[in-house]
Amino acid sequence: MIAHAIFFYVFSIIAVISAIMVTVSKNTVHSVFFLILDFISISCLFIMIGAEFLGMIMLIVYVGAVAVLFLFVVMMLNVAQQKNQWFISKENSGHIPVGLLISIIIFFELIIVIGGWKYKPDLFKTGNISSNEVTNTHSLGQILYTDYIHIFQISGMVLLIAMIGAIVLTFRQREGVKKQSYLKQISRERSEGVDVIEVASNKGVRIDD
Amino acid sequence: MEYINIIFQETYKILFLLVPVLVSVAMIVWLDRRVWAFVQKRQGPNVVGPFGLLQSLADALKYIFKEIIIPASSNKVIFILAPIITMTLALIAWAVIPFGVDQVLADINVGILYIFAVSSLGVYGIIMGGWASNSKYPFLGAIRSAAQMVSYEVSIGIIIINVLLCVGSLNLNDIVIAQKDMWFVIPLFPMFVIFFISALAETNRPPFDLPEAEAELVAGYQTEYSGMMYAMFWLGEYANILLMCALGSILFLGGWLSPIDLYPFNLIPGAIWLILKILLLFILFALVKAIVPRYRYDQLMRLGWKIFLPLSLTYVVLTASYLFYFNLLPTI
Repeated sequence: MIAHAIFFYVFSIIAVISAIMVTVSKNTVHSVFFLILDFISISCLFIMIGAEFLGMIMLIVYVGAVAVLFLFVVMMLNVAQQKNQWFISKENSGHIPVGLLISIIIFFELIIVIGGWKYKPDLFKTGNISSNEVTNTHSLGQILYTDYIHIFQISGMVLLIAMIGAIVLTFRQREGVKKQSYLKQISRERSEGVDVIEVASNKGVRIDD
Repeated sequence: MEYINIIFQETYKILFLLVPVLVSVAMIVWLDRRVWAFVQKRQGPNVVGPFGLLQSLADALKYIFKEIIIPASSNKVIFILAPIITMTLALIAWAVIPFGVDQVLADINVGILYIFAVSSLGVYGIIMGGWASNSKYPFLGAIRSAAQMVSYEVSIGIIIINVLLCVGSLNLNDIVIAQKDMWFVIPLFPMFVIFFISALAETNRPPFDLPEAEAELVAGYQTEYSGMMYAMFWLGEYANILLMCALGSILFLGGWLSPIDLYPFNLIPGAIWLILKILLLFILFALVKAIVPRYRYDQLMRLGWKIFLPLSLTYVVLTASYLFYFNLLPTI
């Protein structure tokens, strides 16, 4: 149990410090790296409370895909040179009250949810996924695909619509781009490609028309 | 006292796994170069030791004694961290690979997800190295590899879903045991082919070695590295290739199961069969390197997104409907 507590404190301290460093660090790429460290330590915490499936999915989706795209965009835009100095400069500090307001609202929401869950556990009907015989993944699947199938499907649809929207917004047909058509290349016959021409003496032949 | 005992035991087990992996990485580099040379009718490394077996050892010694050069304009912490991360990630994934019924370091429930997660983290070593070098060629290589590895992970993930549908468990030992009657390479043969090609792309092997394409990018993300740091990139890369071969043999070739369940074959321990299967896949990897020219970048992306992704998704639907119709879906 002591080892468990030690690991818990190590991971949560890393998580909190790296979360602070995400906002404080001056280099944007460093911020993304701290965000990744935060994700990893949170997935470690998930694994420690026995939610191994969630922890692994966190690693695969957030660290393996989303953060890579973050990093990709940050590096491509070359914003690393713009120093992030919100706590020093006067003219850029206008957004601090808004940020404070949002964080206070989120904080109270968390208190309400956790308090409700602690003191009135039967307020919301929650599925029981803690059982010892079946593994984490099995029980998650059994609940997700039976009791909550509609919510699950709707969230899938929302993601699909978001994806289609992103494609529609950024897609533009460009003119004059050479495209390779494999079918056309493979289905070329000798008769189309090669032309045997009788070249008249002293006249020559034009090959480019 | 109890904790110290446990720590000693686990360290012993980890060393018992890691030292053979590292030695076999060195040997596999030699094998790679020999196969490559064999295809091109050359000799390959044959001077150091018997058949040149100690060539990799000599190379490693050379790398150790070379000076480590850190570019003045680089981001030093990340520059040093990048090869360490590549190497570590390539080695920690071996913790869940089963070599026998109970010969596995960590027999966790979500073994396949663990391997998938660790191999998807592998891209960070490359991105960090490329970005921290603060130079054009490494950066281009890193950007290319980020897009490439993210694309091919998607198809590998869907191929893994195919196998999981037939098994009903995410534990690697369960996956192996489910293939007792028939290896998954027979019913899922198209997926095996796609997995093999995606594994080539995921480990940046030719014909998909665009992150380090020497004709265009000098050496890609490794351009600024030297000495032991370069060697660590190189070791991590080959450890990753071995891991992908191990994953392929566990998912499709029956892992540590013997090919025929008859008397003389049963006596051979499972670890030997797994190693033989890994070697078979690795020789295929090496042959592909020798005989196929490099892909163009747009062709690579087209192959990943427009061919492999729809094909593997279709196969998921096919597998699921087949299992559902004939009532073969695995139960808990």
